[in-house]
Amino acid sequence: MPINFDKALGSHETALMLQARRTGVLASNIANADTPNYKARDIDFKSILQNAQSSTLPLEKTQPGHISPSGMGAGNVELKYRVPGQSSLDGNTVDLDREKAAFAENAVRYQATLNFLSGRFKGMMGALKGD
Amino acid sequence: MSLFRIFDVAGSGMSAQSVRLNTIASNMANANTTNGDATKVYRAKQPVFSTVLQGAEADPASSGVEVTRIVESDKPLEKRYEPQNPLADKEGYVYQPNVNMVEEMTNMISASRSFQNNVEAMNTAKQMMLATLRLGE
Repeated sequence: MPINFDKALGSHETALMLQARRTGVLASNIANADTPNYKARDIDFKSILQNAQSSTLPLEKTQPGHISPSGMGAGNVELKYRVPGQSSLDGNTVDLDREKAAFAENAVRYQATLNFLSGRFKGMMGALKGD
Repeated sequence: MSLFRIFDVAGSGMSAQSVRLNTIASNMANANTTNGDATKVYRAKQPVFSTVLQGAEADPASSGVEVTRIVESDKPLEKRYEPQNPLADKEGYVYQPNVNMVEEMTNMISASRSFQNNVEAMNTAKQMMLATLRLGE
């Protein structure tokens, strides 16, 4: 049985890419905390990972103008706008406390995914060495 | 790798906030620069922030900040009667800049907090990247 990296790493690879991207989105929110009319955005992590994991057949694209359904891969992820907790006069919807909490949570999740991946690699190394 | 772009985003945020701190500093420094000519009096300056997309592919996930322009406050100037002032006009009046110290102080605290947040985001991204490099060890 050949070692298949896609199967060996499971969904952790997709999760890692999504989390890296979410870090960028949240960092943009934090950087734009004082920009007028900026709307805070975020990634719906759970639904996108479910879509990526589900083994449904992809829709066929027969025309160049066809749009792929959202969340088919980690690369083109649909961003959603955050519902503001309290409105501000300048049209900015960034709530710094929420953004910072989400940022910290995301960083911890990223570390956890790295640990899982590391475990997978160690397992494979053990199987290869066989001693 | 999208983690690299966080440095650009947070860096643009830090530079925009430092421009803001700079204008606050010059407003506070010039708060008492009186002049007899109302057109030449210092007026409080404010930077205007706007979102700018980073990277060649203009990914909305990494949107930085830039200072598009610096606007001057059009609040009315305070007119004071100081005939002994060498800069006073013919009637003996001098004009005080329209700098509000309380506004500037609160603005300063907000700018420094935002700067710190960007530094924190950058540090976290750096740690995440270093941890990624150690993957599999």
